[in-house]
This record gives sequence, C-alpha cells and structure tokens, in this order.
Amino acid sequence: MPLLQIQKMTHYFGGLRAVYDYNLAMETGQVCGLIGPNGAGKTTIFNLITGIYRATEGKIFLEGSELNGLAPHEIAARGLGRTFQNLLLWRHMTVLEHVKMARYSKISYGLFGAFFGTAQRHREEAAIEAKALGLLGMMGIKHCADQVVVNLPYGVQRRVEMARALAMDPKILFLDEPTAGMNPEELAQMMEIIRQVRDELGLAIFLIEHRMKVVMELCEHIQTLVFGEVIAEGTPNEIQNNPKVIEAYLGKEAVE
Amino acid sequence: MQATSDKRWFKRLGRSFSQVPLLGWLLGALVAVALEQIGGLSLAWAVGLPKIPVLFGFLMALKKPLLVPSALLYVVLIYVLPIGVIARVSASPLNRLAGKLFSSSLVISVVIHLGLLYATLHVWAGISDYRLLVLKLALIAILLTLSLNVVNGYMGEFSCSHPGFMALGAYGASICTVVLFVDDKLFGSALLPAAIGPFFFPLALILGGLLAAVGALAVAIPSFRTRGDYLAIISLAFMFIVKSMIENLEIVGGPRGLSSQPDWANLPTVFLWTVAGIWIINNFVRSTIGKALNAVRDNEMAADAMTVNTRRTKFIAFCFAAFWAGIAGGLFAHVLRYVNPSTFGIQKLAEVLAMVYFGGLNSVYGSIVGALGISLLGEALRPLEIFKWIIIPLLLILVMIYRPTGLIAFREFDVVKLLQSKQHSEKGV
Ligand SMILES: Nc1ncnc2c1ncn2[C@@H]1O[C@H](COP(=O)(O)OP(=O)(O)OP(=O)(O)O)[C@@H](O)[C@H]1O
Ligand SMILES: [Mg+2]
Repeated sequence: MPLLQIQKMTHYFGGLRAVYDYNLAMETGQVCGLIGPNGAGKTTIFNLITGIYRATEGKIFLEGSELNGLAPHEIAARGLGRTFQNLLLWRHMTVLEHVKMARYSKISYGLFGAFFGTAQRHREEAAIEAKALGLLGMMGIKHCADQVVVNLPYGVQRRVEMARALAMDPKILFLDEPTAGMNPEELAQMMEIIRQVRDELGLAIFLIEHRMKVVMELCEHIQTLVFGEVIAEGTPNEIQNNPKVIEAYLGKEAVE
Repeated sequence: MQATSDKRWFKRLGRSFSQVPLLGWLLGALVAVALEQIGGLSLAWAVGLPKIPVLFGFLMALKKPLLVPSALLYVVLIYVLPIGVIARVSASPLNRLAGKLFSSSLVISVVIHLGLLYATLHVWAGISDYRLLVLKLALIAILLTLSLNVVNGYMGEFSCSHPGFMALGAYGASICTVVLFVDDKLFGSALLPAAIGPFFFPLALILGGLLAAVGALAVAIPSFRTRGDYLAIISLAFMFIVKSMIENLEIVGGPRGLSSQPDWANLPTVFLWTVAGIWIINNFVRSTIGKALNAVRDNEMAADAMTVNTRRTKFIAFCFAAFWAGIAGGLFAHVLRYVNPSTFGIQKLAEVLAMVYFGGLNSVYGSIVGALGISLLGEALRPLEIFKWIIIPLLLILVMIYRPTGLIAFREFDVVKLLQSKQHSEKGV
C-alpha cells in the first residue's frame, strides 16, 4: 500500500478546469517533483491534497485511510506538512513561536494546563521548545529564534517555514517552490537542507519547482503538469528527454 | 519654572533608578501611602489645601486652578519624594533580597510582592470612600479590558458584545446572591443564612461568568461558522439584545434595575479576583495553545496547515473572554450594589474599547495601563463635565495616530523578569 495515493482527482474553479484526472502513488523516503508552466495547477494540487479546497472528483488516501472531507487541520495532523509558495508566516510571532505552534495537535496538557500553568504544561512546553530549537539548528537559523519573523531576510523566512512544517513530524513534506526568488548561494543552501531532511528524517517529499536543475538533482520521480493534466511522468532522465515536456516546459524555459 | 525642573528631575530619576527592583518601588509606595495616612491632612493644610487631594490633586486643580502649585507640592512631598528616596536607598539590599526570594521560591516571591501591592492599595484607599470606589472600579476595568483584549488584540477579531457579557455576569451573580441571601421585595425572603454568604460569593460570580460564556456561544456560533467579518455586527446586535431583554424582564426589575446586593465585594475580594484573572489570562496567552490565537489572527490558512483547530480556538477564546467579562460584571454589580440595564450600553462599550486600544493590543501591561489610565482620567476630568468627552477621545485619537496599536502593544508579561533582582539587567521597571 503506498504512503499517499491519489486517484482520478479533478477540480473545477467554476468553469475553469484547474486539475484533471490526476493520479499519484508515493512511498516513504521518496522525493517526487511536480513541474509545469505558470498557472498549470501545481499549487492547486497541493491545496486539494491538504484540504484547503475540496476536490470536485477523486479520492485521496494516506496509508490507506481516506482524507477527503477532513478539515485542513485534521489532514495536517495526520502527517501532511507543507510550506507555501508565497510564505505564509505570522507577522507578530517569533521564529521559535512559529516552530512551537506546529506541535499544537500533539499538546496534551489541555486547557486546564494552559489556564493554570501546571507542571505538566511546563514539562511539555520545555520539550516542544527543545524540539523546535533542534529543528532551527538543523536549518542553521537557531540564532534567530527570538526574532520577530518579519524582520528576517527572505532565505531565512523560507527556512522558518520549513522548520515549522517539520515540527509537526510529517510523513510527507509538501514544498511549494522552496527556492523561488533565491540567489544562487541561498539556492545551494536550500538544496543541501532538502537533502539533509530526506536523509535524516526519512520522510517523503513532494516538491513543486520551476528550476529544472533543482528538480533534476533532487527528485526520483517527476510529473509534468500542463493545463491541469499530467502530460508526462517518470525519472529525471525520461522527463528530460520527453519531447512533450521539451515542447511544453523546457521550450518555454529556453525562451525565457 | 517648577515644571521644567521637575521634568529634568524625573529624567535623572529614570536613569539612576533603573536598578531598583520592583520590591523597592512597592516598599516606597507603601511608605508613601502610610505617610499620607499619618500626616497627610496636616501637610495638606500646611501647603494651603482644604483637604487631602483624593486623586493626586487632579480634581482640586481642575476645580480651583489657583491650588495647582499647592497640589503639586503635596504630590511631590507625599508620593514622589518618599518613593524616590526609599527606592534609591534600599535598592541594593532589596536587590539581594529579591534575588534570594526569587531563587528560593517563585511562589513566595509573588505572594510577598502581591502582599506589598495590596497593602499599599489598602492604605491608599483608606483615606476616603471615594478613593476606595474608584480603585475597585479601576481593578474591575482591568479585568474587563484584559478579557476584551483576548478577542480584539490577541485574536484580532472585533467584538462589541462585552457590555452584554458583563450584564449577564452582573445579573447572574446578583440574582444568585439576592435570591439566596437577602430579604428583598422582588424575590422574597432569604433562603440561606447570610453567614455563609461570603463563601458562596465566588460561586455566584463563577455562575455569572458561565452564564456570560453561554451567551458568548450565541455570538460565536453564527460568527465563526465561516470566515469573514460577521463578528462585529453580530456581537453589537447581541449587546443590544441583552440590554433590551433585561429591560423587559420585570422579574429582575426591568429598566428600574436590581438593587440590594449584599456588600461582599470588598477591596481584598476585588483585588484577588483581578489578580486571579490576570494570572489565568496571562498563563493562557503565553501557552502554545493560547499563541494559536495569534496564529489565527496573523494567518488563518497557515494556522490550519500547522494543525491548529482554528474554529475551536476561536470558540474557546471567545467564551473564555466572555467568562471574565461576566466575572467583572458580577463584581461590578456587588461593588455598586445596584445595576440597571442602561449601564451596559454603547457608552460602556466605548469606554472598554478605549481602554483596550489606548493601552495596547496583545499585551497584559497594555490592558492594565489602559484600564487604569482611562478610569483615573475619567474620574480626574470629572469637574470638566462635558469637556471630558472631548479630551478623552482626543487623547485616544492622538495615541492612535502615533502608536496605532496602543501605548504598550505586543509586550509579554513575564512575571519572572518582573520579580528578578535588577542589579545586572539594564531594564527599568
Ligand atoms: N481560488 C481560486 N479560484 C479560482 N481560480 C483559481 C484559484 N486558485 C487558482 N486558480 C486558477 O487555477 C489555475 C491554476 O493555478 P495554480 O495556482 O494552481 O497554478 P500553479 O501551477 O501553481 O502556477 P504558478 O507556477 O504560477 O504558481 C490558474 O489559472 C489560476 O488562475
Ligand atoms: Mg503555484
């Protein structure tokens, strides 16, 4: 049984067919890539899987249990962590608070602990904090822990989002253009981090990317999406040599 | 002349006093109010005042501007000088004491600080009944402001129903105590002996709070069903509905109101409830569960994606805030020993909103400063009558222009930092 399985997923925004007949099977430890031109429907697929939109048709299974119809926070708590294409951070909260927040569904001290500051609460909060600091260390941004997130450089903000998503102990990590807008140096660091996450945490990663270099180097399996439909999928080599992809995607990239 | 030298003096004071621990300030304040108790009246006569100025000379100064220098002199001699001298002189031994207390037991340290604070307030309020009333109402205002800050500041929604919750709490608690313990023409003779009353009082307050929390559900269910800004309108409607419901409920006195509440809301009771409210609310907003309110406010989609149950979070925060508004209402009713529905209208709403936005969003300090500031200002400017309602809004507009989120917004209330010895830290109190 695959870790994540999607069958015949289709989604309409009113009259616009954003995703059509989308299928996926993903295993633990795998890194999958989703590429495609602007407006192809890549982010929409992420939003459908994570429950922000309800798919018009189709079924989504995580470890065999159906995700359709669950609220976004329930789907997240099942083990789907994600980052956002256009950085959704909490502007008045510190970096550490961001990462701690992702443990929300695992907190067991409850309202009583929150109101009365019980010993259990202090223990749990300390454990959450230690875990969060560990992740910030892994991302190399521990020194920013107490800073408010809006003051930080773009590359650091991306890493905060990643640390936050990892703090929920996800089974699959969804990264929506993790290197968008980064300079070559930041890009290299981010790729290193993604590799490290894959090797050390042993989770599946699903990656949307525009830069071919990143996808080709990181992913084992790649899907190419054009106008909501997968026109080609396979290993990086197969994709690179597929004439449909070259026409729809690489051709466009060459023009740019 | 005097004013400018005064200002310079304050500045120097601020710089050289940054190492005084909280303990020092409290001790200074206690000595100052004790001095006032002993020699205040003689001093007032000596500097040419008819009596002890009740609110730091404000009332007197506004009624008879000629007395301003005398009032100022009185305030300096009774408050500023003793507090300053004692804080300065005792700084280093008290720093050692604060450090020792702090490292031995946080609980004992907190109790001692609160004890000093209470003693100071008690002695200060002992001068006149008017002071006592102003102080009690200001403490209740803190509770009310902080609870509204949970919704409007921490959670970033705009709720207008707080006077309604306060009314539910006030009537809920009053009905309990009046029915059970008072021979009253509305509800007949007392059912229980008055002797056990004071022990029952917390229960009555909590019952009032719970009633308010249930009322909050009536606002929360339609408002938080979908995303969008329905809360402001629905909560405003709720406030008016509660008010007119009570007006039409003859059994609780209708528009004439409900009176003869037993006199149980004395200063220690109000003080303890306020402290308990601040403590619990502060605990809540500093926990990760409470920080979820900030996450919901700053970006709900991200909060959802990080496993935060946003709907549940909103419900909890809203009912929790309503509960404390209800407690504040119960205390309010028993302080005044009379309530009528017209108290809980648009004017109350304006007042508490002013306190929240003046003091600062998302901040316990802000709520304390806002509530004390606006209540004392409201009292102090009373002689100006109608102009009071020009000055306070003007002040509010100024604050909104220069500090859009309020005076002390987004500051954590950290008891540990507050009680520590100040010898090594740069921060003042
Ligand atoms: N909430 C929405 N309502 C209506 N249309 C939408 C919505 N979200 C996306 N779309 C449309 O669906 C299509 C796919 O959008 P999507 O954001 O998924 O593209 P993408 O592949 O992520 O593109 P990009 O590379 O620019 O991020 C676009 O035509 C977009 O305009
Ligand atoms: Mg996109």
